[in-house]
Amino acid sequence: MKKKFWLISLMACIFLVSGCGKSTNNQSVLKDVQQANTITWGVKGDVKLFGLIDVHDGQQKGFDVDMAKHITKHILGPKGRAEFVTTTSQSRIPLLKNRNVDAVIATMTITPERKKVISFSKSYFDAGQSLLVPKNSKIKSTKDLSGKTVIGVVGANSVQNIKKVAPKAKIIELQDYAQAMNALKSKQGDALTTDNGILFGLAVQNPGYEVRGGTFTVEPYGVAVDKGQTAFAEAVDKAVLEMQHNGEYNRLIKKWFGDVPGFKYKELYRQ
Amino acid sequence: MINIFTKFSSQLLIGLGWTVFSSIIALFFSLIIGTIFAIMEVLPSKVMRTIGRAYVEIMRNIPLLVITMFFYLVIPNYVVKISGFTAGTIGLTLYTSAFIAETIRSGIQSVSGGQMEGARSTGMTYWQAMRYIILPQAFKIVIPPLGNQFVNLVKNSSVLAFVAGFDLMYQANTIASTTFDTINSYLVVGILYLIITLPLSYYMQHLEKKLA
Repeated sequence: MKKKFWLISLMACIFLVSGCGKSTNNQSVLKDVQQANTITWGVKGDVKLFGLIDVHDGQQKGFDVDMAKHITKHILGPKGRAEFVTTTSQSRIPLLKNRNVDAVIATMTITPERKKVISFSKSYFDAGQSLLVPKNSKIKSTKDLSGKTVIGVVGANSVQNIKKVAPKAKIIELQDYAQAMNALKSKQGDALTTDNGILFGLAVQNPGYEVRGGTFTVEPYGVAVDKGQTAFAEAVDKAVLEMQHNGEYNRLIKKWFGDVPGFKYKELYRQ
Repeated sequence: MINIFTKFSSQLLIGLGWTVFSSIIALFFSLIIGTIFAIMEVLPSKVMRTIGRAYVEIMRNIPLLVITMFFYLVIPNYVVKISGFTAGTIGLTLYTSAFIAETIRSGIQSVSGGQMEGARSTGMTYWQAMRYIILPQAFKIVIPPLGNQFVNLVKNSSVLAFVAGFDLMYQANTIASTTFDTINSYLVVGILYLIITLPLSYYMQHLEKKLA
């Protein structure tokens, strides 16, 4: 009798939990944000140059954050408000699906796998994957990675890419970029891999480390919205296009990437 | 849920293996270290008591994640290179040993003082009395709270996920982030944890009945 009770309560728990999360919200996010006059953006909080929390005022700052602010003004008008929620590579999709955020602009590459669960705007930034190593490292490119330990971040597609490019490398995944950088400094790995934009940011913060090997993938960053919210994605596309035409886009590129040593920011300019 | 399990079974079993492995090592060493510090805490010597007390208070009042990160990030820079798995298991061992020391100390102190006096009066030394008279009785008393600590230890081993220790939680994170099926990924891993902890709980209950 007692055993049966156990079994039943266990099964009840499982059904209860698996029943959650299926509530699909078909309401238009675009209409919601227009009504509230506020767009809640998911941004990174630990990525220099894209989205980094400034310890002095607790605000997220970076290219993604500025893009979000400008896109908000283009969609909602000059009085539109942008609010920011810090996400990680791991949490950004669940937060979007649960509607904790309206859209995610967080160094997120447009991939076919992700397109199955969420929708993307057109690319607003073209990154490429690269390697960050200590300056005295012998690793010159991905060819030197056999038998070496490569550090990545959970939820970033850079981990999947490096498995293809360097199948003999050992890969460890950490929670976020700050931790991954600390692990590289503690020699828990020989190289850190992710998109070059992020790596250049880390190199700026950590002298003694440099980006090597060029880019071996193309990583178009897109603004992510929940699956089926195409009206909102199109509004974002239109806003980005307007920004490219009036030069706002290039000013933001110069503001954030103009002073990064070794980064050819002018290649990113868009007309 | 079944999909996740069949598709990632090898990855999940590796995770299960590392979790069990880490738990067994940590359980073994934390029991030994915990017992040593428990005895130190009840010794007549005030210096030893203070050392034991200090160890327990420091280890049990620092978050497990902090201890683990210290071994993962600080020790490799200054002392010796250790992997995430080792760092996590050491952190887990030290952290749990403080709780086990407290548990066993309470057991030792609940054995009546007359037992020690009686044993000594038959000619046993302090250590003989401790080993053959006091500790066996103390362990019997503390089996239920000790079982609690063991179950906590298995669950706390999920700290390995933060230092790339390849355990169940680490695998859950990577599976969830590649499939985007967050609910089912963590559900499968939750059940796998139950597969370790439920038998452990049952065994401790069985032990309790057997020895009572």
